[in-house]
Amino acid sequence: MNNMMEVQNLSFTYNGAPAPSLKSISLPVEKNKVTALIGPSGCGKSTLLRGMNRIHDLYPGHVYDGSIQLLNPDGKSYTDILSLKKEAEMIRLRQRVGMIFQKPTPFPMTILENIAYGLKLSGVKRRADIEEIVEKSLRDAALWGEVKDRLNDDARGLSGGQQQRLCIARAIALKPEVILFDEPTSALDPISTLAIEEMISVLRESYSICIVTHNMQQAARISDYTGFMYLGEMIEFDQTDTIFMKPAVKQTEDYISGRFG
Amino acid sequence: MSSRDHISHKFDEEVDAVTTNVLQMGGVVYEQLSSAVTALLNCDKSLAEKVVADDVKVNTLDVQIDEMCNRIIVMRQPTATDLRLIMAIIKITNDLERMGDEAKRIARQALDLVQRGALPDTFDCMEQMAERVKEMLDRSLDAFARKDVDEAFLVIGLDNKVDKDYENLTRQQITYMMEDPRKIHASIDLLWSARSLERIGDRSCNICEYVIYLVKGKDVRHIDIKDLEAHL
Repeated sequence: MNNMMEVQNLSFTYNGAPAPSLKSISLPVEKNKVTALIGPSGCGKSTLLRGMNRIHDLYPGHVYDGSIQLLNPDGKSYTDILSLKKEAEMIRLRQRVGMIFQKPTPFPMTILENIAYGLKLSGVKRRADIEEIVEKSLRDAALWGEVKDRLNDDARGLSGGQQQRLCIARAIALKPEVILFDEPTSALDPISTLAIEEMISVLRESYSICIVTHNMQQAARISDYTGFMYLGEMIEFDQTDTIFMKPAVKQTEDYISGRFG
Repeated sequence: MSSRDHISHKFDEEVDAVTTNVLQMGGVVYEQLSSAVTALLNCDKSLAEKVVADDVKVNTLDVQIDEMCNRIIVMRQPTATDLRLIMAIIKITNDLERMGDEAKRIARQALDLVQRGALPDTFDCMEQMAERVKEMLDRSLDAFARKDVDEAFLVIGLDNKVDKDYENLTRQQITYMMEDPRKIHASIDLLWSARSLERIGDRSCNICEYVIYLVKGKDVRHIDIKDLEAHL
């Protein structure tokens, strides 16, 4: 298998909800590829994404069924992340599977501290090491040129697009293996959007990426594989070209061509 | 699938409008072909001149349809069936425009024949071939209008017969030329016209291939007809 992650027959029910929000979903996340999830609001794509680093579990009581396999650092065996229980394991999981949200979420501190904060928490102590990782992360997030002279300014002074790239730099500073993007550009202008898309296409060489987007042209532009979800089910999953040029299922066709009722 | 069910009615209207224009263009080209053949067979000078002059109608529609497709691509970013429809239309329009040129060429040959006054002994083979090619064009447009893959296959199958007609006509004209060298000029004019008809038959097949691509999502160009059905 060449998959970094593999969601297998996953069902998920929110705490106290009468019915599951995800119904037996399967989804491979191939290594060094971009996998996009599309579907109308409420179809469960964000729910699925948030299951993939168990960020749901910040609040207790949700019910998972099935498994989510994550490739171990040995590159051969897999661990079912749904079996993780200890808080430390969860923190480690979220380092390995980072997440970028729709709205940029810079911490109320300087640009440098935004990135250094997580590093310190994860045990990086030496100032020189931290500075090196900060620079590398900002370069990878295509932000270094714009902020290198004002690393000690408040991060909230950056533009929306820059803040989003800072959040990406913050995530990749922890050397994740998978990056989950939850509509990363829906709050950004078209030029910032293109900058993020360009960055994703570069990040793809070092990370495995899964992205939820409402912008179908974006999915078509940046992803290798696309899954179409509807009412908590995975309706169709295939290569992106196939999904956008000749989908097999009529529901997919109707959705991507703007015919959905 | 009908274009009728997009959430945006405006998109439906745009797709319907461009489809209608393609069919209209097909109608004009069919008319041109038909008139050109009649002008040739009847040595009708004024009809031939009309065909030459009317080619501009085909060209105008060609440009118009291209503009409509450009607009749809820019504004709607079509996907799946919509994308294949727009692709097919762009290609069909191109073929139709070239067919219009071939019709004009036939009309010019008719004018040549009339001017020289030395007429061929018979138009037999020509007449039969022209009927077949007209049928192919007509039915290919019909296959497009109805998105009918079976019909598209049938039309592609007719091309062999047209090729046979062309072969027969060539043989016939060679015989005439050997018998009476004074008829060589007339025979060559006829052969050029037959060549144009044969090309129109080929282009009708192209239209059918785009119809198959549009409906099945499979590019069937450059595939032998025998392997075609197995492919789908």
